[in-house]
Amino acid sequence: MSSTTAPAATSASARKGRIARILDSDIYASFRSSKVTMLAAFVVVVMMLAALLAPVLATMNPFDPAQVFLMNASLPPSWLPNGDPQFVIGTDDQGRDLYSAILYGLRVSLAVGFAGVALAATLGIGLGLIAGYFGGRVDAIIMRVADIQLTFPAILIALLVDGVVHALLKGTNREGTAFWVLALSIGLSFWVQYARTIRGSTLVERNKDYVQAARLVGLPAPVIMVRHVLPNVIGPVLVILTINLGLAIITEATLSFLGVGLPPTQPSLGTLINIGNQYLFSGDWWIVAFPGATLAVLVLAVNLLGDWLRDALNPKLR
Amino acid sequence: MTAFILRRLLQSLGVLIAVALIAFLMFRFVGDPVNQMVGIDTPQAEVERLRQELGLNDPVLVQIARFIANAARFEFGISYQFRLPVTQLLAERAPATLELALVSAIFSLAVGIPMGVYTALRRDSALAKAFQAVSLVGVSLPTFLIGILLIYLFSVTLGWLPSFGRGQVVKLGNGWSTGLLTTSGLKALILPAITLGLFQMTLIMRLVRAEMLEVLRTDYIKFARARGLKTRAIHFGHALKNTLVPVITIAGLQLGSIIAFAIITETVFQWPGMGLLFLKAVQSVDIPIMAAYLMMIGFLFVVINLIVDLLYALVDPRLRATIGSA
Repeated sequence: MSSTTAPAATSASARKGRIARILDSDIYASFRSSKVTMLAAFVVVVMMLAALLAPVLATMNPFDPAQVFLMNASLPPSWLPNGDPQFVIGTDDQGRDLYSAILYGLRVSLAVGFAGVALAATLGIGLGLIAGYFGGRVDAIIMRVADIQLTFPAILIALLVDGVVHALLKGTNREGTAFWVLALSIGLSFWVQYARTIRGSTLVERNKDYVQAARLVGLPAPVIMVRHVLPNVIGPVLVILTINLGLAIITEATLSFLGVGLPPTQPSLGTLINIGNQYLFSGDWWIVAFPGATLAVLVLAVNLLGDWLRDALNPKLR
Repeated sequence: MTAFILRRLLQSLGVLIAVALIAFLMFRFVGDPVNQMVGIDTPQAEVERLRQELGLNDPVLVQIARFIANAARFEFGISYQFRLPVTQLLAERAPATLELALVSAIFSLAVGIPMGVYTALRRDSALAKAFQAVSLVGVSLPTFLIGILLIYLFSVTLGWLPSFGRGQVVKLGNGWSTGLLTTSGLKALILPAITLGLFQMTLIMRLVRAEMLEVLRTDYIKFARARGLKTRAIHFGHALKNTLVPVITIAGLQLGSIIAFAIITETVFQWPGMGLLFLKAVQSVDIPIMAAYLMMIGFLFVVINLIVDLLYALVDPRLRATIGSA
């Protein structure tokens, strides 16, 4: 392959072709025909951008003690009496600007959600491939474990994992580990769905000619699984990923709200709601209302996208 | 049929033993139980004596067998934080959780089924569309946010209902404490029950709607119409009756998750039940309570699944035939 202008030109035209193909596809047509879906996609994109650009968009770093003054604590939104125009939607109990805190909280919530879903997908896809490809006793053991886990609600598993891991890590700094413990507990509570889906399609694929051929050529099993089987069974995972992201964000928020997730020093939306909940009775409704609304809108938008994707990719509904 | 029941029973037993193994591993290897009981200045001989007494020096297999034997008798040792038998702690709090779960299950059925029927029959009416939208929000809103919202509306702003606790409870003869007999107890139950039942309610509503639409398309409904039966009789006598079988199954299966989700609701409303106990145990790494709760929920889920499976076989002759021939 020569590396002159020619390959660049072809790749550019190929990219153009791909975009044109996307614009021409059924999926895109179904996307354009649903106003709700477009709105949901818009909300999700805006929220992700806001989370990414939090340091730029925020008026202050709410976790820098030098910028936070207790004198500003529990100020109402700026349009109410006593409101300060500096803090558009008010401040929390420690004088942190709520708007900035929500931006940073959104960042943490989405990061934990993505990390947890990525972990669950990796674990589930890996185990599903192994179970489906090898079959027999390996398959039986993995799927029995999946069955047992499926009888318990995910939130209970996540709570248990969280408790056990924190017990095992006793003595280490909780602030440093909380993020990964949360991601791990989400990963361990949601892998089953991926494993079941992947195993089912792998069972079908492994008897096809191309897999037999690869085996005859003498390729090792891991290579066949990852390079040959995986691309053919990965399709349905996309839908599960989207739907799971909403669930993962809720799970993270719930754990943080219950006080076993992220500590107040690196709050997610759930932690902010937990803090605000303690001030509900003193009438400081905004501390809980704005993070709560952000969480609700985010989850609703992600769920709407997931629902749409499920229907759009389902050939039976076309 | 007997073979089927036997096989299902064996499967259930297998699941329970697996759960017991996990509980045992937590118990034995997450945080040394002896370290939790003794102080720093306890002499080494005393620690050794305790280990011997608790059987921690026996082979692991013997310990597992003993743990399972104890679990079968609902003995899970002493809670690290309360210094009381775990079984006693759970038993004291069980009535609160069970009453809450029962009332919210009734709420979700009593509201969910009519809403589902209505949205199926009057598909294009504004109210049906509103119900659909509400159900979407109900699925997306996390339980704890719903609880906070209700507290803010009905406790803080309107001051109609209490926001925490069980109100006044009455002790019944067998040690069961009930909040169902006093006005304050009933009032305290309303908000938590709605919070806990809302998700199940939306689930049941969507299920009834989907099943109802399915059934209304079948031939025997068309035939009933052709026979000139009243719409009412067709909708409620024929259609609804046939949609209720799967609904009851799902509702039964959901009873287990209601009890698990009670952890969140009980925390929001400081409801003195088993869920709140479990959460405090997680926060302070009280392994005996965590292990016991896990076993209890496992047992509950297995029993519910078993009953639903057996009922299915009993109710559905087609299933019975395939099982009989298998």
